[in-house]
Amino acid sequence: MADVSGSGASALRSAADDASTADDRATGVRHVAIVSDVIDITALLAQVADAGIGATSLFLGTVRDVNDGRAVTGIEYEAYETMAEDEMRAIAEEACLAVPGLLVAVVHRVGTLQVGEVSVAIAAAHARRAPAVDSARTIIEALKQRVPIWKQEHYMDGDRAWVDPIAVGGQRGVQR
Amino acid sequence: MSIPVLLFASYADAFGTRRLIAPVGAPCDVASLVESLRALPGGSRLPAQPLVALNRKWAAADATIQAGDEVALIPPVAGG
Repeated sequence: MADVSGSGASALRSAADDASTADDRATGVRHVAIVSDVIDITALLAQVADAGIGATSLFLGTVRDVNDGRAVTGIEYEAYETMAEDEMRAIAEEACLAVPGLLVAVVHRVGTLQVGEVSVAIAAAHARRAPAVDSARTIIEALKQRVPIWKQEHYMDGDRAWVDPIAVGGQRGVQR
Repeated sequence: MSIPVLLFASYADAFGTRRLIAPVGAPCDVASLVESLRALPGGSRLPAQPLVALNRKWAAADATIQAGDEVALIPPVAGG
């Protein structure tokens, strides 16, 4: 008789988690997540800590108080969470395949964030500084182009609007 | 076979729901699905070629939607 109790199910889940972790370590992807709470930067940095690491680049995206001349009080982030995690993982894997020895951790937050709060955090670590810094840049640029996450800005005057990079930039992928 | 479609952000606002049933049956291609959605209330707010994901992967306009696929209409992304 198969054990379908909680302990059996949790053993199966644990085995699956272990397999996933082993795959990720092979490519240097240490952690990928969508979270609804404050991003723990110290924990993120610990994910890419290793004796062979000589340089760690940390990118933080934060909510700013003005966009296109309008006073912003906060931003609500929404994600297609399952696909967003898959896509962030794919981006991290591509970065690691392009740069042997790279370790990566990526976390994006969803929900309503206030001005100054961290919406996205990327840690890229390598034996040398150039690959670490360059990879953090590569990952955030790809994330902004490919990961299904949206933001609705809340303005001082009470208005709200979904940010549309295409409408603002004139074409897909143009930076604001 | 009916096709449930997931909606997010501005598209959820346009259609007034986060999930709807497309007025077209599977199998069909992505372009046909989009045209069928355009005929629904709020559908006129879709851009010329909205992005679509099939089973959590980006899909081309000529990709075929099979019964049971997870279909999502994806507004211009703006993470970060």
